[in-house]
Amino acid sequence: MTALNHSHIAAKQPERVVVGPPPVKIQVRGLNFFYGSNQALRNVDFDVITHAVTALIGPSGCGKTTFLRTMNRMNDQIPGARAVGTVLLDGTDIHGPDVDVTALRRRVGMVFQRSNPFPKTIYENVAFGLRIAGIRDHYVIDEAVENSLRLAALWDEVKDNLNGLALQLSGGQQQRLCIARALAVKPDVLLMDEPASALDPISTGKIEELIEDLKSRYTIVIVTHNMQQAARISEYTGFFYMGELIEYGPTVKIFTTPSEKRTEDYVTGRFG
Amino acid sequence: MSEGKSVAPHVPNMGPDWQQYSVRPGDRRRDLWMGRLISAIAFSAIAAIILIFLFIGREAAPVITSSEVHQEVTVAKMIVPLETRPGKPKMYLWQPVSETPKYSLPPLLLGSLKATLVAILFAAPFAIGAAIYSSEFAPPRIREMIKPVIEMLAGIPSVVMGFFALMVLASVLKDTFGWKFRLNATNAGIALGIAIIPVIYTVAEGALRAVPRQIREAAQALGATPWATARRVILPAAAPGIFAGVMLGLGRAIGETMIVLMASGNAAIWSPHLTDSIRTMSATIAAELAEVVNGSAHYHVLFFIGALLFLLTFLVNSLGELYVGRLRRRLTGVSG
Repeated sequence: MTALNHSHIAAKQPERVVVGPPPVKIQVRGLNFFYGSNQALRNVDFDVITHAVTALIGPSGCGKTTFLRTMNRMNDQIPGARAVGTVLLDGTDIHGPDVDVTALRRRVGMVFQRSNPFPKTIYENVAFGLRIAGIRDHYVIDEAVENSLRLAALWDEVKDNLNGLALQLSGGQQQRLCIARALAVKPDVLLMDEPASALDPISTGKIEELIEDLKSRYTIVIVTHNMQQAARISEYTGFFYMGELIEYGPTVKIFTTPSEKRTEDYVTGRFG
Repeated sequence: MSEGKSVAPHVPNMGPDWQQYSVRPGDRRRDLWMGRLISAIAFSAIAAIILIFLFIGREAAPVITSSEVHQEVTVAKMIVPLETRPGKPKMYLWQPVSETPKYSLPPLLLGSLKATLVAILFAAPFAIGAAIYSSEFAPPRIREMIKPVIEMLAGIPSVVMGFFALMVLASVLKDTFGWKFRLNATNAGIALGIAIIPVIYTVAEGALRAVPRQIREAAQALGATPWATARRVILPAAAPGIFAGVMLGLGRAIGETMIVLMASGNAAIWSPHLTDSIRTMSATIAAELAEVVNGSAHYHVLFFIGALLFLLTFLVNSLGELYVGRLRRRLTGVSG
C-alpha cells in the first residue's frame, strides 16, 4: 500500500488486544476553535483512549497543537481565543461552569515543546506542583520528588545534585525534568507537545522509552512532527490538516492502510 | 616554518571571480569612521562623568588639605558633637553662618537617610504591586492604560511635587496623625516616594514582563493559580530586575533635591524620629551654594558634602549591581 516498510510497527502492536470498545478518556464532539476571526479547528470529533498513547500528526499550522491545548484549556489565556463544542473528560464537560481550570490542569498535565524548567533547583522544580497544591509535609514531597524523577528516568543522573540548578542540566535532562515535574502532581492525562523535537537522537530515544513505560498508568496524547516517532510509540494516530481531523484510528492502520488519500500522502512524505 | 612542512595541494579556482564578492572601499571607510564616531560619543559621556567627579573632588579637597580652611573646620569637627555653651551638653549643629561656624555632617546624613528610607518603604510596595498587577493580572486594555499613567508621574516636575507636599500633604498628615511639625521626614519621604514610584514601576514591570512566557505556561499547566504563578515563579525569576529598580529608585531618592528642600522643614536635627524635621545633604547644597562666599570654608564644605553624596550613590549602585549579579547567577547559573 505505501512505500514505507511497516514491519517494525506491525511487530510492536499485537500486544494490545482490544475486547469490546476501548474505554474513552476524553471525548471531543464538534469542536471548533477560533483565534479571533481565524478558525483553527473545524468540527473535530475525537476519542482519546484510556491508558494508550495517542499521536497527533500533521503539517505545521494544521491545528494539532491547538487541539492538544484545548484539552487542558491552555488556550484560555490567549486574547480573542474561543472554543465552541464539547470536550468531555470522563464524561464531564471541561468548559462547564463547575469545572475549575486549575483543577483541570492538575488532572491533565502538560509537557511543552521547549523544555521550560523554572529558574530554581532540580528539587524545587519537581516539588512545585505539590507546593502550590498546599502540601507542606516534606517527607511527602521528598518521596514524590524521588518517585517522579525515577519515573522520568532522571533520578540516577541527578540524585546527588538535587539542589543544583535546573537550568544547568542538558537539554534532554531538562525535558525529562519537565516530565517529572508534570508527573509529580499525579495527573490522569499527560499532554505532550512535540516533547523531543528540540533534542538529539539519544535524548529522543530516552523520552520515547519513557513514554512507553508511562502508558500503562497514564493516558498520553502527543503531538509530533516525526512520523517514525508516531509509528513507534503510539497506539492511535490522528491526522490533522488545515484545522480538520482528516483521519483517526489505530496507528497501524493510519500508517499501513489509511482510508484517506491525504493521510497516505502525508505519512509517506509526499507533502507536509 | 619547520622543514617537514606539507605543501598544500594545488586546487585550481574553478568558482566565480572573487571580485564580485568584494566590499566596496567606500563601505569600508564609512564603517571605520562610524565606528570611531560612536566610540567617541561613548567616551565623551564617560569623560564628562570623570571631569565632574574631578571638579567636585578638587573643590572638596581643601576641607582635608588646606590649613586656611582648618582654622574654621576640620573633618574631625564635622563628625563629632560640638560644644555650644559651657555647661550645656555637646551636640551636632549645622550653623555655617554663625559667629563660630559649625558644620556637623551627621544630622544631614541622617536626614538624607531618613527621607530615603521613608521614600523606599512607601514607593516600593506601590510600585512593585502595580507592576505585578499590570504584568500578571490586568486585562490587556487596562494594562495599556495603567502603564502610561504611572509613567506620567515621572513627568511631574519635582518642584510641583514639592509644592504639593508643602501645601497639601503636610497639612493632611499633620491633621491625621497629630504631629508636632508639618514639615518632617515622613512628609518629605512620601512626596519623594511618589516621585520615584514610576522609576521602580517601569524597571520592575519590564523585569516581570521579560520572564519567558514558557515559564508562565509551565506553572499554569501544573495547576498554579494566577497568584501562585506570580508569587512562586514570576516574582523570583524577576527578582534581580525588581531589585535593580528599587536600587535605581534609591539612588534617585538620595540625590533628589527640590522635594526635600520644600517639604522637609530643613532643620538639621540629630533625631531618630521620622516625625521631626530634617535637612538633607542635597537640600543643604541647593539652599546654600548660591549664597556662599566663593573659596570660603563653607564653600568647600558644601562641595565636600557633594562628594559624599556622589560616593553614596555610587556605593548604592555598585552594591546593587553586585547583588543583582549574584541573584541572577543563583537563579540561572549563568552571569549576565
